[in-house]
Amino acid sequence: MANLSVNIAGVQFDNPIIAASGTIGFGHEYGELYPLSVFGGISCKGTTLKERPGNPPPRIAETPMGMLNAVGLQNPGVEHFIHTELPWLKKQNTVVIANAAGSTEEDYCKIVEILSDTDVDMIELNISCPNVKEGGAQFGTSPESVAKITAAVRKYCTKPLIIKLSPNVADIAAVAKAAEFSGADAVSLINTLTGMRIDINTRRPIIKNITGGMSGPAVFPVAVRMVWQVKKAVKIPVIGLGGITTWQDAVEMIMAGADAIQIGTVLFTDPYAPIKIAEGLHGYLDSHEIDSVTQLTGTVEV
Amino acid sequence: MPGKTLRRPISVCDVEGDEIRIVFEIRGEGTAILAASEVGSTINIIAPLGNGFEIDQSKKTIFIGGGIGVPPMLYSARTAGENSVVINGFRDKSAVILTEDFQKIGCRVIETTDNGSYGIHGFVTDPLKEVIADADMICACGPTPMLRNIAKAAKEHHIPCFVSLEQRMACGVGACLGCAVGIRKEDGGLRYKHVCKDGPVFNAEEVDW
Repeated sequence: MANLSVNIAGVQFDNPIIAASGTIGFGHEYGELYPLSVFGGISCKGTTLKERPGNPPPRIAETPMGMLNAVGLQNPGVEHFIHTELPWLKKQNTVVIANAAGSTEEDYCKIVEILSDTDVDMIELNISCPNVKEGGAQFGTSPESVAKITAAVRKYCTKPLIIKLSPNVADIAAVAKAAEFSGADAVSLINTLTGMRIDINTRRPIIKNITGGMSGPAVFPVAVRMVWQVKKAVKIPVIGLGGITTWQDAVEMIMAGADAIQIGTVLFTDPYAPIKIAEGLHGYLDSHEIDSVTQLTGTVEV
Repeated sequence: MPGKTLRRPISVCDVEGDEIRIVFEIRGEGTAILAASEVGSTINIIAPLGNGFEIDQSKKTIFIGGGIGVPPMLYSARTAGENSVVINGFRDKSAVILTEDFQKIGCRVIETTDNGSYGIHGFVTDPLKEVIADADMICACGPTPMLRNIAKAAKEHHIPCFVSLEQRMACGVGACLGCAVGIRKEDGGLRYKHVCKDGPVFNAEEVDW
């Protein structure tokens, strides 16, 4: 059987399938259905210095082949994560990625400093949450601001650092290059696209927050395009996500340039998706006589 | 749900042997797809999820359902037995469902319609006034304004009240934190619990109406 293991910034993953932040919490719920080691890694729920209650409901709206969410970074705070969630997660035989969010540069530096002193395997910097006024998205929208926050955080980060990029930008390759230049060990993309839906009977937005982050199969082609553009622009590993639903999507995303992938919204459609995607990847690689999934990365011929 | 990203949260109406019964209303594209399923075809479900009403047969319980909130009360009402009272409210005569199923329980069943085309003319809270004094507990499911009024009446009479809530939902298991319901903390602050995992049944006292 083909080798599915990948190495991202010095961290070994048994397979390239990572659970996307915000779709799996801290793993307990899906961990009741199957061992979490079906994932090469888990990116935990976006965590802030202090507990956050999140946004008022409704937080969810379905869209054609996708959904909007505006959960608003509801999380129990970094200390709870470290003392209550992390010890259990570390026993699940999967790479544990902490997803760090904040409102100010100081917040980001502080939380990264705290997380660097723990057992987390990697830190993913969430500078692209669109659902909180001070959710860090302002750091993720231009190459200059991404460079500034990445450089600032880098000084406090002793773990491999992934910068999670927003698709709500004019030039994604320039943003990725700025992250690389400023010390990122990897980039992950795409976070959600900002969207909105209106109830035509009440004339009100369906989501209380008015706008939400769009995810699911509908955003997949946008994600593939952006991963392709970023892979050409940077030398650091690229983690591709956005609407991956099937193993065929996974192959496509890897061909576009992803060294690893994240899956999120598909877990809501089918909790067993990671198992099916891993099986499909094995089958594809074997039938094409490819020894390692790493040989597939960026192989799109244009 | 073929062609849809999200599953649909639907309460169990009844259980018999190894069969579960669900009763739902066609409200949108998803439930329309579900309703078009052919007899004998297979659908993919994740169940059971969340909690339910805690029934105590020694207590006199009032079960109140409003509209499509009526089906989730059937199994609980039957479990509680003849000693309970059922109040089911509907929009109009054409919306009335499950009358015989509730009557088979052998308990008192009161039905209302908003326009008086069937049963008592009025809302479920009208007949509730007459039976609430004898009750030990109230269990309810239905539209939020109805549940809010029931919760208010229960509080006035110091009767424990449990409500089954609805919210737009994604994962169904407590991972995505989508289906939030505001909960009043003892210190007056607000926090969120989730309909899928912490609910759908909540103590009406703790809900931020």
